[in-house]
Amino acid sequence: MKLAAMTAGRLKAMLARKEASCADIMRSVLDEIEKREPSVRAFITVRDPADLLREAEKVDQRVLRGQPVGPLAGLPVAVKDNLCTQGLRTTCASKMLADFVPPYDATVVQRVKEADGIILGKTNMDEFAMGSTTENSAMQTTRNPWNTDYVPGGTSGGSAAAVAAHETILALGSDTGGSIRQPASYCGVVGLKPTYGRVSRYGLIAYASSLDQVGALARNVEDAALLFSVLAGHDPKDSTSLDVASPEGLLSDPPARLRIGVPKEFFGPGLDAEVQEAVEKAMSALASHGAQLVRISLPHTEYAIPIYYIIACAEASSNLARYDGCKYGYRTKSEGNVIDMMTASRTEGFGEEVKRRIILGTYVLSSGYHDAYYNKAAKARTLIRRDYDEAYRDCDVIMHPVAPTPAFKIGEKTSDPLAMYLVDIYSVIANLTGSPAMSVPCGMSRGGLPIGVQITGPALSEPLLFRVAYQLEGLT
Amino acid sequence: MSYEAVIGLETHVQLKTKSKMWCGCANQFGAPPNSNVCPVCLGLPGVLPVANEEALRLTALTGLLLQGVLPPYAKFDRKNYFYPDMPKNYQITQFDKPSSVGGFVEFECHGGLARVNITRAHLEEDVGKNFHFERHSGVDFNRAGVPLLEIVSEPEITGAQMAYEYLNALVEILRYGGISDCDMEKGEVRCDVNVSVRTQGARELGQKIEIKNMNSFSGVRRALEHEIPRQIEVLQKGGPLTQETRRWDDAGGLTETMRSKEMAHDYRYFPEPDLMPLAPAPAWVEEVARRVVELPLAKKQRLMSKYQLPASDAQTFVWDRALGDYFEHLAPRSKNPKAAANWIINNLRAKLAASGATLAELNFKPEYILDLMELVESRQISGTMAQQVFAEMFETGGAPNLIVKEKGWAQVSDAAAIEALCDQALAAHPGPVADYKAGKAAALNFLKGQVMKLSKGKANPNLAGEILEKKLK
Repeated sequence: MKLAAMTAGRLKAMLARKEASCADIMRSVLDEIEKREPSVRAFITVRDPADLLREAEKVDQRVLRGQPVGPLAGLPVAVKDNLCTQGLRTTCASKMLADFVPPYDATVVQRVKEADGIILGKTNMDEFAMGSTTENSAMQTTRNPWNTDYVPGGTSGGSAAAVAAHETILALGSDTGGSIRQPASYCGVVGLKPTYGRVSRYGLIAYASSLDQVGALARNVEDAALLFSVLAGHDPKDSTSLDVASPEGLLSDPPARLRIGVPKEFFGPGLDAEVQEAVEKAMSALASHGAQLVRISLPHTEYAIPIYYIIACAEASSNLARYDGCKYGYRTKSEGNVIDMMTASRTEGFGEEVKRRIILGTYVLSSGYHDAYYNKAAKARTLIRRDYDEAYRDCDVIMHPVAPTPAFKIGEKTSDPLAMYLVDIYSVIANLTGSPAMSVPCGMSRGGLPIGVQITGPALSEPLLFRVAYQLEGLT
Repeated sequence: MSYEAVIGLETHVQLKTKSKMWCGCANQFGAPPNSNVCPVCLGLPGVLPVANEEALRLTALTGLLLQGVLPPYAKFDRKNYFYPDMPKNYQITQFDKPSSVGGFVEFECHGGLARVNITRAHLEEDVGKNFHFERHSGVDFNRAGVPLLEIVSEPEITGAQMAYEYLNALVEILRYGGISDCDMEKGEVRCDVNVSVRTQGARELGQKIEIKNMNSFSGVRRALEHEIPRQIEVLQKGGPLTQETRRWDDAGGLTETMRSKEMAHDYRYFPEPDLMPLAPAPAWVEEVARRVVELPLAKKQRLMSKYQLPASDAQTFVWDRALGDYFEHLAPRSKNPKAAANWIINNLRAKLAASGATLAELNFKPEYILDLMELVESRQISGTMAQQVFAEMFETGGAPNLIVKEKGWAQVSDAAAIEALCDQALAAHPGPVADYKAGKAAALNFLKGQVMKLSKGKANPNLAGEILEKKLK
């Protein structure tokens, strides 16, 4: 087996036993990139291989000298292109930031570096993380490594595809409405969206600040736990960052009498039969190992999509206001006064979906509509939270499909934004509630595409989610 | 028909913090353009704000100084509009849940006391500054993200002079509390005006007109002196007044339309998701409360009643806090605080002004002023000589009694010695002698001056006067 195809856990063990070097791993990953990248196109930027190898060798030398190394020592980590990397172009897959080179590292990038992980490059995504398939990239279209006619999901499609195609060992993504979990499920990898506030957002280029969260994509649960442990922690640069103890016991056995909530609203019309089957099978497997399946109801689920798009677009309209051509980023060539310049720069620099959401967001915040849309959505968001608080009286975790169908064909939904929005129907709620949620592979469609199951729990319940996921992984 | 004006003021004050509102950049005026900037205050992609604790404390302190209420829940909001001086194209401010609510400013106005209630004081961030060159424009972001407190008054101000007095009283309070230096020249205070007129005694308010672009308090006064009659004139002519924003043209001395109500921005406020709501803990408020100081007006009133100072002296000590502190250090130990105030205001302040020195640089002990006063009181030196001793003391830092001793400046009260000097003076100036005898009493002062001169200032002036009078009889 190629090194690039192995899990971080196994590679760490091999490094410890000196059966492989960090340079070997890096070479293997670079080989895969060379081989797979022309068809997968997961990366917007891959760093100079010579620099990457030099960094890997440096870690090897430190190991050789018996110096201590961090938990990610020498492991390549792909970074979604909406996370700022000092000196390394960070585009958000937008023409607007095509040449933007941040002068600072996102906190999560810094944490990866401090753990001796090696930043491999920047992965493709939907422009400003708006989309569900990575087709909204102004740079390129990423393809599902399982079948390159299919989408990898989005918006962290580049990161998910890179992990699945063995083009990296680990990857960072961001999740605003399912953007880690849905591509993870489409690409057959593990994806974690942590509790809001558990991982710093400093340096994550904001789409919707109250929903955005940085998380991990990896080949298995153990690897996701490894990366999550590195990312999690309080950051004084992020005022919404939680000051809580670091997560522990991620891979121990789940509690003996685990109660799994099965929300009836998530198994209704629109759910693909194969997906339903795979998810139910996963839950029965856990049930046969002592878990108890509890039928629950989350009555406000049907409002999740409208609430999500109102809040996300409102925040986006403000977050993206700074891209005006004045200080950095794309500037129009057309002549005019400063307002003309800003207008033209934004018109030319943003893609269609981004503009659609800015307009939607501007509309729902406008005077006269503010109460009917934004305020109502903010109130309804509390109702959804209440549904979940209520549900957790009867269960410990909640499980359901990540997305209604497996990956679909490239171009299939691009002409119908509403159909595209419904892809997120199961995943947006975890962002509205701020709770942790994880996508774990649980089967394959007859067409040969992966299916994922989502495990979610109350705030800060990541250890429980990991333990359940770890058990499930062993059963499927 | 007579009209009355209804005026409300929105005063923006830069807080006196070391660093900016959301980042660690220096809050400093006059640095080279774009030298106090970082990714956060430039609004680069991905950055997040972290609230400056001292700015939160100064906001709370302002609330306490104005005797307002600090609500148990406050939050930040985003005010969205596009302008090149604003890095993020939204300003973080407090929309509906400000950090301080209510309170008032009390001040002297038209010979009495006036009170203007405060609606709220809320915390926000300043913006950068645009510069326009011949062929292009530039933005200096040093000011972007400087903590700014907006203090909104109730519409209770009735005229231009009252607005002016209110503003002066407000900034004096803020200076006293260490909230802001309120240096106009540095743009640390800015004021927007809302003014409407209505028929005297009417209950309904007239059309509110906002005036911007005043760069001094006297500019505010002048703008109102222009705007109020303008609005009245429009109404008298039967013309309608419409809600709008007008720009004060300081050189032209008039206001002109800037934007109409239809052109007004829709700021699309919503809660700032990058910052947690504020819930000041009682212990935190208590700590801030320890920084509450005596307000300027209260100080003035106290100085007047406690030390019998005239209003002008008390006001001088309010305006010049260091001088006031100097006075208050001496006053309790002085037999005659009013005289001490005179020494400090008339002599010390003048000397300081002339030499360019500050109180802190003085090389004599404050108590020496009392010693000096005592020398005059006990007639060891004359008032004239005291000036000379003071000058010497200011120069060398020496104790007044030592100076008098060393220089031999003690007052001569030996009648025989003074008599000799008087004879000398009378002999030398027959003209004034004749004048005096002819009934010109003022001539005596001249002769007395001559005696003092002959004595090099040491003669007891009263004694000299008495002797001269006797001799001229």
